[in-house]
Amino acid sequence: MIKAIVNISLKTGVLDSQGKAVHHALDSLDFKGVSDVRIGKQIILKLDTDDKMKGMKDVEKMCEELLANTVIEDYEIELV
Amino acid sequence: MKVSIVQFPGTNCEYDTRDAFQRLGATTEIVWHKAQILPENTDLLVIAGGFSYGDYLRCGAIARFSPIMKEVTTYANNGGTVLGICNGFQVLTEAGLLPGALKRNDNLHFISKHHHLKVINNDNIFLKKLPVNSIINIPIAHHDGNYFIDKNGLIELEKNNQILLKYTNAHGEIQNPNGSVKSIAGICNKDKNVFGLMPHPERAMELILGSDDGLAMIQGFLQ
Repeated sequence: MIKAIVNISLKTGVLDSQGKAVHHALDSLDFKGVSDVRIGKQIILKLDTDDKMKGMKDVEKMCEELLANTVIEDYEIELV
Repeated sequence: MKVSIVQFPGTNCEYDTRDAFQRLGATTEIVWHKAQILPENTDLLVIAGGFSYGDYLRCGAIARFSPIMKEVTTYANNGGTVLGICNGFQVLTEAGLLPGALKRNDNLHFISKHHHLKVINNDNIFLKKLPVNSIINIPIAHHDGNYFIDKNGLIELEKNNQILLKYTNAHGEIQNPNGSVKSIAGICNKDKNVFGLMPHPERAMELILGSDDGLAMIQGFLQ
């Protein structure tokens, strides 16, 4: 069994309002030296296969069709 | 005139929408999302507002895969008239029937209030009763109404008169409540048979509720 970790975040160039608000909050708490904050979501999938190639291909398809909206979001897949 | 209104789990504007069309004389039918076919002789298909599937994952992302959506897509691709209001607009963008996407409001708040809108293009069935540049006052109620489209997409929208409505103040000057690109509140597809907007015309049908500016919009479909 493979575990797939999918990280989804807004594309570079698409304003991340939540990230901006958190950045501002960190700043007011005196956490300096943070140049950018991006907020995303993580989806963890357990796959029935042991074939990493197949697993990657399947999860990519899932991202393209449902898990991410590629108009505004990027995704990264990690298999463990 | 037969208006079919799609209902997903979590849709909550279907009865207001039905009332709006009925009071102008249309025959209506509410269609459960598991239906495999659309009611016969549907002249207009409306995807009503609400929180389909609890807005899980992204607004409209899961509704898009409901059985009825296959029929909605075929209907739209065959030239049928489709209107998506609020969550319906989000569903139509997720389904790829309208370009762009709707993000979380820039101020991160759920915004629920009347807002002025300016008619940008009326060379379509939806807004034909309203003159270009006229100002209307319609309620908005959304958390994710921040319309996004990339530069090239925006050029296409502008070139093809696909921008229908923009958020303004009472004088028609741009006033952007949610961060939408170019203050866009509503658009249509290139063929001008699929319409989507975040504001709720069905909630502006009588003056006692603050505005009856929704009448002229709904009438566009019926006359």
